[in-house]
Amino acid sequence: MLRLILRRLLESIPTLLILIAVTFFMMRMAPGGPFDTEKRLAPEIEANLRAAYHLDEPLYQQFGRYLWNLARGDFGPSFQYRDRTVTELIASGFPVSLQLGGLAMLIAVLAGVSLGSLAALRQNKPADYGTMAMAMTGISVPNFVVGPLLVLVFAVYLGWLPAGGLGEGSAAAGGWRNLVLPVFTLALTQVAYIARLTRGSMIEVLRSNFIRTARAQGLSTGTILLRHALKPALIPVISYVGPATAGLITGSVVIETIFDLPGLGRYFVTGALNRDYTLVLWIVVFYGALIILCNFLVDLIYGWLDPRSRE
Amino acid sequence: MIYRAVRARRHCLALLVVLLAACSRPGEEAPVPVPQAVAVGGASGTELAARQILRAANGAEPETLDPHRATGVTASNILRDVFEGLVTEAADGSLIPGAAESWTVSDDGRTYNFTLRANGRWSNGDPVTAEDFASGLRRSADPKTLSEYSAILYPIDNADAVVNGRLPPDKLGVRAIDDRTLEIRLHSATPYFVGLLTHSSTYAVHRPSLQKFGSKFARAGNLVGNGAFRLDAWVVQSHILLTRNPYYWDNVHTTLNEVWYFPVESAEAELNRYRAGEFDLTYTLPNRQIPWLRKNLARELRIAPYLGSYVYGFNTSRPPFKDNIPLRKALAMALDRDVIVTKVGGAGEIAAYGWVPPVTGYQGQSPAWAAWTQEQRNVEARRQYALAGYSSEKPLRLELFYNTESNHRRLAVAMAAMWRDVLGVETEILSQEWQVFLQTRRARIDTQLFRFGWVGDYDDPFTFAEILQTTHGMNDMAYSNPRYDALVERASREGDAAARMAMLEEAERIMLDDMPVLPIYFYVTKRVIKPWVAGYEDNILDHHNSRFVRILRH
Repeated sequence: MLRLILRRLLESIPTLLILIAVTFFMMRMAPGGPFDTEKRLAPEIEANLRAAYHLDEPLYQQFGRYLWNLARGDFGPSFQYRDRTVTELIASGFPVSLQLGGLAMLIAVLAGVSLGSLAALRQNKPADYGTMAMAMTGISVPNFVVGPLLVLVFAVYLGWLPAGGLGEGSAAAGGWRNLVLPVFTLALTQVAYIARLTRGSMIEVLRSNFIRTARAQGLSTGTILLRHALKPALIPVISYVGPATAGLITGSVVIETIFDLPGLGRYFVTGALNRDYTLVLWIVVFYGALIILCNFLVDLIYGWLDPRSRE
Repeated sequence: MIYRAVRARRHCLALLVVLLAACSRPGEEAPVPVPQAVAVGGASGTELAARQILRAANGAEPETLDPHRATGVTASNILRDVFEGLVTEAADGSLIPGAAESWTVSDDGRTYNFTLRANGRWSNGDPVTAEDFASGLRRSADPKTLSEYSAILYPIDNADAVVNGRLPPDKLGVRAIDDRTLEIRLHSATPYFVGLLTHSSTYAVHRPSLQKFGSKFARAGNLVGNGAFRLDAWVVQSHILLTRNPYYWDNVHTTLNEVWYFPVESAEAELNRYRAGEFDLTYTLPNRQIPWLRKNLARELRIAPYLGSYVYGFNTSRPPFKDNIPLRKALAMALDRDVIVTKVGGAGEIAAYGWVPPVTGYQGQSPAWAAWTQEQRNVEARRQYALAGYSSEKPLRLELFYNTESNHRRLAVAMAAMWRDVLGVETEILSQEWQVFLQTRRARIDTQLFRFGWVGDYDDPFTFAEILQTTHGMNDMAYSNPRYDALVERASREGDAAARMAMLEEAERIMLDDMPVLPIYFYVTKRVIKPWVAGYEDNILDHHNSRFVRILRH
């Protein structure tokens, strides 16, 4: 086990290095720089700024400097938020995205697997059609439509829930009420995907010989489902949930903008627009590392779900 | 019980309305009656609320709160509360004494002597001294500070040389004569100089805290200011909380105890949060919602002239606009600006025929055809178009550049349609992302016609006039007219206010005759404000000091 972890860790280093290099050079190739503003700078000031951020050095030297600092755990200063380091910004943004994405994924897995199993058991019956129709709606209606609609109904007209933010300045600061709408909106699409995946694989598993054997032994449907069918049926779901979780917890730009939440997604987009090289690079690398991690966890779970995949 | 039933029915109704609204076109969303609470301000209309808290949406997250390095409007809004310049602005935007209680100007207009208030205090209780201001100005001009706005100090003697590193900062024309007297020498008389002193680049810094915290001095907990409020908390992308500064010299007249600034990037999101009662005022409004707001929230909607000009620039260094004034005029005349401001803009923008917006004391200029009907303009436009050598057989093929944004796009499409209908011009519309667009525009190689917007830094026509000087860094039009340059140059040295305005007006007339820019409209500020926010007045620079704001009972 330890060897496996160690091997995967070593394997991930070249992947991350390539990711860093590609992102670094692509960012620099984009025209425009962090100090291009509408009000033009005096050339001397621009030169000073570029020197202060080492932008005056040749690109390979900057890349070397970046890697060297990275090795020492220094991700550099943000170009956009001048007095802050990238590490500080991530430390304030990531918990928000993690909470939001984590909750949404948890809900999505619970609801999606339950609905998908239900649909599989009642295949081609009203419950199946109903669930799948809901899932199709969930997939096809984008969250930038669902989000504002929910805000309009539950915050503006009914006044039951906040319209955005994390409750700063009100008695409910940091409370669950601010998370309801964004988590629900974010989970909706995922519920739909997971329900469809679960249904498909569950139907297949329910047709297999070992389930027929279980039925023949007179086991109840509930027992068959939970004890025998669920584990193998989850395999395709898990391979989807792994990378999707990495995507969700690194922040959803759309959700964070609609609900005005201070998460990583907003940093990423404003960072890219303002050519905040260090911030964008960090988020990309972080996202890449999380995907690697999630894929590794998925492999571990495979082993548990399906003994055949163990080495 | 009955109450609950009524409530439930109202909720159902609201839900139905929303669903119906979702089916209708944007801007035609049905209104929902909002129950009126107690009369705002109580019986007298001026009664104050028990909780004096202002919650303001404030656009993009400020990049820093270091007054000498901040550049954006959103940072300035906060800095105005946390710091106070020598001069400050009343609620209506007029200049009033700030940290200085009075000042004198020498006869040649080149030496200012400011007397600081005896009771001026930093937010930690230290007295505010003339040396704090002198060293603040030196720091602002020092190239090591990396200030991006230090060009605003150029009227000060030697500022140019200090900013460009040719002279050390201590050669800047500022001097603390004693604790309460500050002398500032200018290189030439600058009538708008006092107005510049409201800008954050001229603020004083609290030297001990700067020394102690270095680059982190502008953080919550470290920042020491001399304004009516102090920085209590700053969570990036979440909020900035200011609380009353008890040491402020005019603290007795400050009403608010807390000011919350929320960074909100999406205009839709901030309007929703405003309507849900989470903000007292918004930073801006989505254009598409303005017709609905006019109908349903007219009492809270505030639209006011703003010191900004929305124009398109002609690249006069390349064909087809090089040495082709008739062509520039034809395009300018063929635009129906009334349609543009009512149908395309829709926020109450002011149709523009000149470059300088309605600045105090300045007579706005416009060409003669501004007074004509659109039919007359179209006839003349066709004549000029033919003069320029184009016709329906040989139409102009034009490339128009703008920076990617939906409102700019709508306008560009409308302009292209008008030119096609009136002149038969074939316009290709090209958009680029902002940072790329700025580079393209600046290079003057690929552009023919490009979007150009400018918001003035101070309430004076010079902030617009200087841009069209031949050597100015922002002159992406490559406009060059020695007569224009000479007039603007003379105006910058003229001490007599009336004569100076006359020169700038004449310069604008000359420029409009060459038409290097295509005026479209003057900007407006647009926002909604809750009726209980008192003391918040619209002004041309859109500068607001929270110390004048009160929250009425509601």
